[in-house]
Amino acid sequence: MLPAIEAKNIGKKYNINHERGRYVTLRDVVVGVLKNPLKFLKKKTKDALGLSSKEDFWALSGVNFCFEKGEIIGIIGKNGAGKSTLLKILSQITPPTNGEIIIRGRVGSLLEVGTGFHPELTGRENIFLNGAILGMKKAEIVKKFDEIVSFANVEKFLDTPVKYYSSGMYVRLAFSIAAHMEPDILIIDEVLAVGDAEFQEKCLGKMNQISQEEGRTVLFVSHNLATVQKLCKKSLLLENGKVGMIGNTDEVITAYTHSKSGTNDNVYLQKIDASVLKYAKVTNQEDSEIIRSTDALKVVVCYGSKDGKPIHDGRLILTITNQKTQQIALVLDSHVSSIVWEGDLSAQGEIVTETESINLSEGTYAINIDFMSLGNRVEYIKNALDFTVTTEPEKYHFKNYPDATASHHLIRHSFKKREIN
Amino acid sequence: MSIPITIIRPKKTFSFKDLRELWDYRELLYFFSWRDIKVRYKQTTIGIAWAVFQPLITMVIFSVFFGRLAEIPSDGVPYPIFVFIGLLFWQFFSGSLSDTSNSLVSNQAIVTKVYFPRLILPISAVIVKMVDFLIASVILIGLMIYYHFTPTLLGIAVFPILLIITFMASIGFGLFLASINVKYRDVRYVLPFFIQILMYLTPVIYPASIAGKYSWILALNPMTGVIQTARTALLGTTPINWLLVTISFVATVIVMLVGIYTFKKTERYFADII
Repeated sequence: MLPAIEAKNIGKKYNINHERGRYVTLRDVVVGVLKNPLKFLKKKTKDALGLSSKEDFWALSGVNFCFEKGEIIGIIGKNGAGKSTLLKILSQITPPTNGEIIIRGRVGSLLEVGTGFHPELTGRENIFLNGAILGMKKAEIVKKFDEIVSFANVEKFLDTPVKYYSSGMYVRLAFSIAAHMEPDILIIDEVLAVGDAEFQEKCLGKMNQISQEEGRTVLFVSHNLATVQKLCKKSLLLENGKVGMIGNTDEVITAYTHSKSGTNDNVYLQKIDASVLKYAKVTNQEDSEIIRSTDALKVVVCYGSKDGKPIHDGRLILTITNQKTQQIALVLDSHVSSIVWEGDLSAQGEIVTETESINLSEGTYAINIDFMSLGNRVEYIKNALDFTVTTEPEKYHFKNYPDATASHHLIRHSFKKREIN
Repeated sequence: MSIPITIIRPKKTFSFKDLRELWDYRELLYFFSWRDIKVRYKQTTIGIAWAVFQPLITMVIFSVFFGRLAEIPSDGVPYPIFVFIGLLFWQFFSGSLSDTSNSLVSNQAIVTKVYFPRLILPISAVIVKMVDFLIASVILIGLMIYYHFTPTLLGIAVFPILLIITFMASIGFGLFLASINVKYRDVRYVLPFFIQILMYLTPVIYPASIAGKYSWILALNPMTGVIQTARTALLGTTPINWLLVTISFVATVIVMLVGIYTFKKTERYFADII
């Protein structure tokens, strides 16, 4: 059978000026022409002859791939690797600069939640509007209407304008419409980030059903490696606009997590807007921003005292909380860890905190930084940093994914039954 | 069922496939128009009456100031009905112009996320204005009864032709303005002024005959022919000048082709620069 999507040598060039997001105004152009007509003419002739030295930026270049019908493909890559551009080309929002893509089947894209929802219209009206925008026929929407509503679980609010909807309801309705349009190829970009755990499970189930039972192709773009791993057998890794790797998801993710190419350390050095604490960053033991449950944590905090004098009896306390439950998961205290610094801390410097394997369950965690001197608080910054932990549950002999709301820690354990006579 | 095959290539400008695609998406056209009408009447307190009030009040003010006080000639018919016919067509045209030119920018969220033929947005903006036009026509009927004008059959038959010309002119100019509005974001600030000026260059509040031997210059403006003909057809003052209708029609067709060409040429960049 012929593949569902065939991409041959796809490239997309952006003019760097467009990327800066500055609007061109007619006034500037007219003023420019009037002030310096010669320069304008020169530029036009250069453009026409193809000699201009405009700064071009290739968001994608030489991308080739071939996806079969019924596959769920994960697309991963760092920010700016070209994931969004690829999706935009596949959903025909923007044309490629060169190359060709052959798509066999109808494409449905869920690029952002609630695109095309009008806040003033009711849920019912928005189902029709959004369905039409996504390319459904009215008769189709009427046929699927009840199914869409019950999947999204918004029966009670059908005649309420969607501006009164909670963000969860909004996402549920949007996903439900897109999932029921029965496209041959469904493109999904980071939608599952919103919505509660229960609904996320429902979405994953629906996507599995779409691909396996109905033989549809799903392209799934996400930063959440755990979800990609759960859902997709095959993955495509994009690196700086080129295909880094295509293949088995586990292998691609391993390659991705071990790749540090092209990233500057400063990329994930988050600036802290405070007087004493300057910068901080959180990585795993291998300086990678992708942190797995089995990894160790490395937190670097840079400081500089206000008066330029050394800091006496410095103490750093890092409190790591689960962002969803707001419960404290770990406390790293320089005193408790018996790292009592001999003498004073120099006026400027960095403190590197390294842990053992964190064994935290999947989720996003925030780090609160507390910096003390002589028992007094110098500075406290809530949510100074955050990081996401991805889980490979089989390492803990878990059959199911651990529930992060119940316990943060992954510890091998067993339950034994004992009868009492 | 056969599987549709899409081939994505670097875009060329215009092809006849686009027209078929437009037809395939006709339901979306309906939904966009429906959305705009619905939302507008939900947001304004007086609702649908707005479409009636706007031309009615303008007509009253114009009649007092231009008709009564300035004594602008009106080809021998009562000034209120004279100016109302002009306003009816003019507000359809000018309203469409400002809405179509903003249609892409105001639907930015959809344009950058979902694919559909972009032509649908400006066309639906014109359709919305046409609905307003039809609602406001009720006042015209009232005025005609009040002033005892009975239109001839020919007059009634010409009316749809005039509506089509206005529709095409709106789309043509609108597409052109919509494309440059995406590229140059200051165009929308100039536009209201431009439309205002254009109204005084169109015989809305005065008869074309006022310009004497230079009235042919006015005829190049398609709306001149439309408004002139509407008055003669409905009020039966003079026979219909078919030459004027033809000039307007030809001018409109040219405007529309230029508009579509400009739009298709810039369409491929919309999602990148919007």
